[in-house]
Amino acid sequence: MGTATLEKNDSAGPVDSAENSASHLITVTLRIRRFNPEVAEESNWQDFTLQIDPKERVLDALHQIKWEMDGTLTFRRSCAHGICGSDAMRINGRNRLACKTLIKDIGPDKPITVEPIKGLTVLKDLVVDMEPFFQAYRDVMPFLVTNGNEPTRERLQSAEDRERFDDTTKCILCAACTSSCPVFWNDGQYFGPAAIVNAHRFIFDSRDEAGEQRLEILNDRDGVWRCRTTFNCTDACPRGIEVTKAIQEVKRALITRRF
Amino acid sequence: MQIHKYDTVIVGAGGAGMRAAIESTKRSRTAVLTKLYPTRSHTGAAQGGMAAALANVEEDNWEWHTFDTIKGGDYLVDQDAAEILAKEAIDSVLDLEKMGLPFNRTPQGRIDQRRFGGHSRNHGEAPVRRSCYAADRTGHMILQTLYQNCVKEGVEFFNEFYVLDLLLNEVDGVKKTAGVVAYELATGEIHVFQAKAVVFASGGNGKFFKVTSNAHTLTGDGQAAAFRRGLPLEDMEFFQFHPTGIWKMGILLTEGARGEGGILRNKDGERFMEKYAPVMKDLASRDVVSRAIYTEIREGRGCGADKDHVYLDLTHLPPEQLDAKLPDITEFARTYLGIEPYTDPVPIQPTAHYAMGGIPTNVEGEVLSDNTTPVPGLYAAGEVACVSVHGANRLGTNSLLDINVFGRRAGIAAAEYSATADFVELPENPTKFVEDEVENLRDATGNERVVEIRKALQETMDKNVMVFRTEQTLKEAVEEIGQLRKRFRNISVQDKGKRFNTDLLEALELGNLLDLAEVTAVSALARKESRGGHYREDFPNRDDVNFMRHTMAYREVGDDGTESIRLDYKPVVQTRYQPMERKY
Repeated sequence: MGTATLEKNDSAGPVDSAENSASHLITVTLRIRRFNPEVAEESNWQDFTLQIDPKERVLDALHQIKWEMDGTLTFRRSCAHGICGSDAMRINGRNRLACKTLIKDIGPDKPITVEPIKGLTVLKDLVVDMEPFFQAYRDVMPFLVTNGNEPTRERLQSAEDRERFDDTTKCILCAACTSSCPVFWNDGQYFGPAAIVNAHRFIFDSRDEAGEQRLEILNDRDGVWRCRTTFNCTDACPRGIEVTKAIQEVKRALITRRF
Repeated sequence: MQIHKYDTVIVGAGGAGMRAAIESTKRSRTAVLTKLYPTRSHTGAAQGGMAAALANVEEDNWEWHTFDTIKGGDYLVDQDAAEILAKEAIDSVLDLEKMGLPFNRTPQGRIDQRRFGGHSRNHGEAPVRRSCYAADRTGHMILQTLYQNCVKEGVEFFNEFYVLDLLLNEVDGVKKTAGVVAYELATGEIHVFQAKAVVFASGGNGKFFKVTSNAHTLTGDGQAAAFRRGLPLEDMEFFQFHPTGIWKMGILLTEGARGEGGILRNKDGERFMEKYAPVMKDLASRDVVSRAIYTEIREGRGCGADKDHVYLDLTHLPPEQLDAKLPDITEFARTYLGIEPYTDPVPIQPTAHYAMGGIPTNVEGEVLSDNTTPVPGLYAAGEVACVSVHGANRLGTNSLLDINVFGRRAGIAAAEYSATADFVELPENPTKFVEDEVENLRDATGNERVVEIRKALQETMDKNVMVFRTEQTLKEAVEEIGQLRKRFRNISVQDKGKRFNTDLLEALELGNLLDLAEVTAVSALARKESRGGHYREDFPNRDDVNFMRHTMAYREVGDDGTESIRLDYKPVVQTRYQPMERKY
């Protein structure tokens, strides 16, 4: 494949722009784990080789395959720029968003492996059952709880208090963190990093009054104490959230009861 | 086929749908149907803020906001609706804060505000700080906050249910809402949702353009379903091109970047907006800035080898300010362009962004079947709807506002209606249309491919129906879309399965885009004037005598089954603002 690329580059001289842009293309192979229970009980690997600009996203490569080679290839996607959280998948063994991963950054000289995220039931190809993930999220009371009369204007919050939980407000619920966690792989009952991140977002919000309740939920046997601090979640987060740090802060709050 | 019965059904779970659901669930048994998961909706991609005259950082009031909205919309705005939007903006923002939205704060702990395009102090004197924001992910925060509150209220969601048809049935000579038909993606099963009230909140249709900030899934499903059932679409020729999309990709870079002090520059480094809008400069309304960018490019002052873009320059802003206020968009520049915005200008071009037009509603969110008559039980809110608060051009930060104000109104109105109304009997054979559509596509063996037709559609729309339009380009578009619609009848999909058949889904979406593209081009061809986002080079001036009116497009089916589009017009509601020449 490397040779083919070089030949292509060599043959493209300073000619018209169409040829010039063609010379940007490289040949890559995507090795995709396919599964369709309507067809077969087991999953299998399938290779697709295509020409693509290395500055394109893995999502663009998947689209090229779906649109031009095999319409049955199935994956979720929507915004295509890392905001909606639809297309978390395991690319070269690491959880990433397909729309935020450029081909050139993941060693396109070797086949690029693409698999569904782990720990959630695969429904078809790269589509997994998200329900257990969202259930864990819903279980941590992911909403502001306040007592007493509402103020007529906004609640006041200092910039420092607002900053305290800024990092965990970035979560897009893509499940890249939770499905990278070895504890979650072994035991789907564990809340998982994303649910804890979203609990953190409210526990450390100065306006919220249900921190104790959320801490009790996370004090459960399937709660924060299951975390083994492997940092997979932090590495996986496409939003750059310091997930492990957030989990540690929740653990500390459980011990000190200060937050 | 499964049949479900709910008082109120909401179609779409973005900002408008979830804001409606929070109200509706408190008052009636409600189901929310979305073809995605709620948090995947494109509200989450909105960045810059939500306008409200809170006056937290400087003098401001809702009357100034009303004026700016009407002027921004080039006087095609219904003024009574704009007044409601601006007045209720204040409570809308405060409601979101009380629901938990983490707005950026002032040193006094109040909601912070920043400048945005077209928002001014005292009727155009100078830019005003009116946009309430949470860094450059305000839409994300609104979407998350609304979803959180839906969880809190126990809103019932049907995720990955794709609504393909609206059911209406005649009762005593009046067409009333009976429900919707949905296709369950996971199983391929068809579901009927019988409902007293239906709220469409299914978002925009920008995917008929190639360079667009819109998600792949924004295919006008609600507009197309209503249109097929004989309901009109209003002002579809008005589409907003956001000035700053990432070059070639179209990914949105918020106007907040210019609100924070960012400057647009041509290849000579000139701040060209000074020529086009001496007062508001880079913060003129979006239609004005997008035309200015293309004028620079056409006159040879574009940047790069092909001179096909301009620069958004943030290099003079302190890195701390970029990190605190614009972290996402600076990261987009790094990720997708390999550019460091601290030190290098970012290549941008206008990107198809927002449909001002849509399903016509009154200020209660009731859908209209003609210029004035509501369809009992049918509501719409958000980008799918046309109230019209945006007229010919929407102001930045007014869409996050629109979804909250009119999502709330539609949710309350729908639930109050369903509290007293009776269920309307389902029409005979309610799933016939959807079943035929799905089966025909799945079984089709034609030689046309979805990707080819979609590509051709997007290319003709970009070429002919973009920032600059003429009779010739629009005729070409109408002609080509007509050809594509014929070719579409001969498509086939490769995936013949039932489970998560996204191949089939894309074909259904393309059908919707083709219908709506045709309405857009036909409406644009008939509007022989320039106003807001609709610019006709052959009619460069606004013509209030002939065109101070909304376009209403109807689908007509002849006795022989031939389809055509009939255009009618609706007067603009004017209250206290007389149309003036628009200058920024």
